[in-house]
Amino acid sequence: MTQPARLRHGGRINRDRPVAFTFNGRQYLGCEGDTLASALLANGVHMVARSWKYHRPRGIVGAGAEEPNAIVQLGEGSRTVPNARATQVEIHEGLIARSVNCWPGLEFDLLSLNGLFSRLLPAGFYYKTFMWPKSFWRHYEHFIRKAAGLGEAPTERDPDYYEKFNAHCDVLVAGAGPAGLTAALAAARSGARVIIADEQSEPGGSLLHARESIDGLPAVSWLRRTLAELAAIPDVRVLARSTVFGYHDHNFLAIAERLTDHLAEDRRRGPRERIWRVRAKQVILATGACERPLVFTNNDRPGVMLASAISIYTRRYAVRTGNNAVIFTNNDSAYATVLDLLDAGVRVAAVVDAREQPRGPHLEAARQRGINLMAGSAIVDVRGRRRVQAAVVASLGADANGLRGNDTTVVDCDLIGVSGGHSPVVHLYAQSGGRPLFDEGLAAFVPGPAVQTQRSVGGCRGSFALADCLREGYEAGTAAARETGHDAAATLPPGPGTLERHDYTLRPLWRVPDPPGHARGARQFLDLQNDVSASDVLLAAREGYHSVEHVKRYTALGFGTDQGKLGNINGLAILAQALGQDIAATGTTTFRPNYTPVTFGAIAGRDLGDLFEPIRLTALHAWHVEHGAEFENVGQWKRPWYYPKPGESMHEAVRRECHAARNAVAMMDASTLGKIDIQGPDAAEFLNRVYTNNWHTLKVGQCRYGLMLREDGMVMDDGVTSRLGENHFYMTTTTGGAARVYAWLERWLQTEWPELKVYLTSVTDHWATIAVVGPRSREVMKGVCGDIDFGAASFPFMSFRDGTVAEVAARVARISFSGELAYEVSVPADYARHVWKALMAAGAPHGITPYGTEAMHVLRAEKGYIIVGQDTDGSLTPQDLGMEWIVSKTKDFIGRRSFARADTARPDRKQLVGLQSADPALVLPEGGQIVDRPQWTAPVQTTGHVTSSYFSDALGRPIALAVLQSGRSRIGQTIYVTLGDGRVAPATITHPVFLDREGKRQHG
Amino acid sequence: MLLIPCPWCGPRAESEFACGGEAGIVRPGAPDAVSDAEWADYLFMRTNHRGLHREQWWHAHGCRRWFIVRRDTVTCRIDGVEKMGSAGAAP
Repeated sequence: MTQPARLRHGGRINRDRPVAFTFNGRQYLGCEGDTLASALLANGVHMVARSWKYHRPRGIVGAGAEEPNAIVQLGEGSRTVPNARATQVEIHEGLIARSVNCWPGLEFDLLSLNGLFSRLLPAGFYYKTFMWPKSFWRHYEHFIRKAAGLGEAPTERDPDYYEKFNAHCDVLVAGAGPAGLTAALAAARSGARVIIADEQSEPGGSLLHARESIDGLPAVSWLRRTLAELAAIPDVRVLARSTVFGYHDHNFLAIAERLTDHLAEDRRRGPRERIWRVRAKQVILATGACERPLVFTNNDRPGVMLASAISIYTRRYAVRTGNNAVIFTNNDSAYATVLDLLDAGVRVAAVVDAREQPRGPHLEAARQRGINLMAGSAIVDVRGRRRVQAAVVASLGADANGLRGNDTTVVDCDLIGVSGGHSPVVHLYAQSGGRPLFDEGLAAFVPGPAVQTQRSVGGCRGSFALADCLREGYEAGTAAARETGHDAAATLPPGPGTLERHDYTLRPLWRVPDPPGHARGARQFLDLQNDVSASDVLLAAREGYHSVEHVKRYTALGFGTDQGKLGNINGLAILAQALGQDIAATGTTTFRPNYTPVTFGAIAGRDLGDLFEPIRLTALHAWHVEHGAEFENVGQWKRPWYYPKPGESMHEAVRRECHAARNAVAMMDASTLGKIDIQGPDAAEFLNRVYTNNWHTLKVGQCRYGLMLREDGMVMDDGVTSRLGENHFYMTTTTGGAARVYAWLERWLQTEWPELKVYLTSVTDHWATIAVVGPRSREVMKGVCGDIDFGAASFPFMSFRDGTVAEVAARVARISFSGELAYEVSVPADYARHVWKALMAAGAPHGITPYGTEAMHVLRAEKGYIIVGQDTDGSLTPQDLGMEWIVSKTKDFIGRRSFARADTARPDRKQLVGLQSADPALVLPEGGQIVDRPQWTAPVQTTGHVTSSYFSDALGRPIALAVLQSGRSRIGQTIYVTLGDGRVAPATITHPVFLDREGKRQHG
Repeated sequence: MLLIPCPWCGPRAESEFACGGEAGIVRPGAPDAVSDAEWADYLFMRTNHRGLHREQWWHAHGCRRWFIVRRDTVTCRIDGVEKMGSAGAAP
């Protein structure tokens, strides 16, 4: 074994299974069960990163989600993961990792020059310098982005897949440490359905390195027994590698389960990650506590670690984190680390305790082993650059704000373990809507009252003793199960046995006094990832930033990928002190989801590519594909756009299709139009209210065009409705508006007019509709339908007949969206292909030509027919569109009252007009803004824009529709359409109907 | 994500619903009889209430019925639901 700092015995790693991995281009060996951080430490690698602003060498600090420094890029190519915490990455054969925050390399870092100029880079430096002058930002940005480091997103398509599970349970437990496990145990024993999730590779939390015994068993043995019991109970699900990252309304929680990233690539099967979307009746939060660092000068040197992390590396991973340690603490818990180090044969040179009279059970045990205890003292400075070489210790004054004299003691060491107390992980509680409260005794924020059906237990509640964790968990599990109807309290076996309890004695120490002769707070780091020091917070306070949220943004405290899990509390305590107020009044910043970063792959799940959105195909789709159609997306529909013949350009194909429609006959698939079947004795009255025109006068067998407005008077949809019977109508809507219109009508019926007896059914997919268009269309229809009289007078424009088309029962309506003589044939969708082919065959002698949406657009634009959503944008009234003719003056309807509003009646509103480009070869750009003068300098007031623009085959020149201020009174004038490249194109304002203004053709 | 007790279908996830905003907005019976300001108030003005709030919801991916939810806008706690047109309830 070539792991120089690996302990010979103990730990939960498998020494028989060496694992080879690469870090920053060098090969290392670790053991199965290692994290990347523990494996690096076992190889004696402490320095793993450089800080982002000053590029100071940085080492591994923690052992979990709180890690600010050991941020790595994993893997290469399409599977690379940026910004993973080395403390949470399990190593596997072939793992490749590199530091994200050093350029050009870890050992030789050009940007560490920043450190020499650190006085130039105080809080707010970026705002003060780089944001001014504004135009210079693009010059700075490249450099800053590079200096800021952090990982790189993969640029290739993700080869893996991810999935989502929806789940329900009685009790969801977040965290499988001692408190979470006893909570799950009690709930499961009571018969509740339980899910317990833990972010680590195996459940157990602090039990995996605890010194204590439970029920006479070593903690890990008790853990094994408990997990075996849980596994044997039905309806209990234990999820490892599963982070509860979001706690949302009504006990909806999201869990990210990592399924394969811990395996060598050739062993990965199935989805890479799974998002659990859990609705829980009861939630128990057992997320533990995070040890808090102490703030002293050069506290960021590699080799300064959390005391608890040292214990974890020593006992769980069998790693010797140093040879000669100094422990710096303000509470008793760090003495457990002292014992762990002594057990592992590590020399403990000194224990520096801020308390004047330290006490506690761990301290007493350590004292018996013989320790050099320096009470009432603090580490004020650290010697060594790439690795700790010595701690400089001084005596604290009575109020801890100053030193007692200028004497210091230098203690040689290569490892400094720090404990400034513990911060309960209240993130999920806060996400649930709760407000954490400051507990003076613990000097920590703890959960306040529960907002949802939720309980916090153990460390995340501020109960740091193992005995309290076990008891609280068991009680909460029992109670939560009872509230879900599983009351077994009377028969439950007792929870784990009681342990000796002790008080949590702590001397708050938010900022260690500066060493003699040093500037205030400089190089006393709060946020190691963002290089925020105590002096930055003090400066922010001096400059008038008093809100903790403002200080956060000004200094970047807590902005890193670790979200300030370690340093925020120290920062806000220092701010409180600077402002002369207490910590409770200063408050915390907001704890937002997600607790730790979640990959985009997991969030997206299967909702990608073809599964991102439904694709709707008409019954004729296969025919269109077989005949070479190019398709256009219209809402979720695929519609034929045009049907190019071999060698034909789009322009040529569309001209050919238009030519057929105007001169012979053409047909299109109009099945995507929204279709709503409307029945009931009040159906006509209902239409009268939702459309602008009169519907009582429509006779059975007739069709009528309708314009639908919102209540503010603006056009929202249009379409033709047919009266099938006295109480029966058939409405068509725009393709894209179908769902919206259907919902709109239902809402008015259900909420405003429940007295109307009207019933709506969406029949969009039930009917296939084929438009047969052109002067020869009557001949074609006669060829396929023998039982309808197609005489011009007996079957007039805007009426429909039921009959038999190609032996299929059909409804034939004489309506036109092209201005030509035209018929729309509707048949049950299953018969669409048969009828379509029959029409094609009947039309062949007449040169029938299938056409797509582009030709449809050209034909309708030649006639000045609007497309709602293209020529309108939700800010146009019927009057703006020149459609006063369809607005009834004798009845009320939705939107009518708004016509009289001052803004709606304004004379200079934009109006629909036509445009004729001066250049006969130029099709004006749709969306092109209109200006009144050819020469102008930005900013300039535009007066309208082009909404539709095509080349018209019938006219042999381009045409365009536009909306233009006071446009109708300006017909004949010249305006200028901006082309987007600085040039403008002159165009003449015209009437919006370019062809057959009298409508002779469609009545033919 | 809210768990909304649809009066027709029972508790369902919020993703099945669409919110229609404040309930009880009364459309003037005779629109021409109200001033522009009153009409604008009906069209555009909502109370943005803090606390218990009656609002319209639509079970869009379910029974497609509109109903009223009484929801606390601070805590999101749902106090109850009403069917449209139930006794004394404005829509």
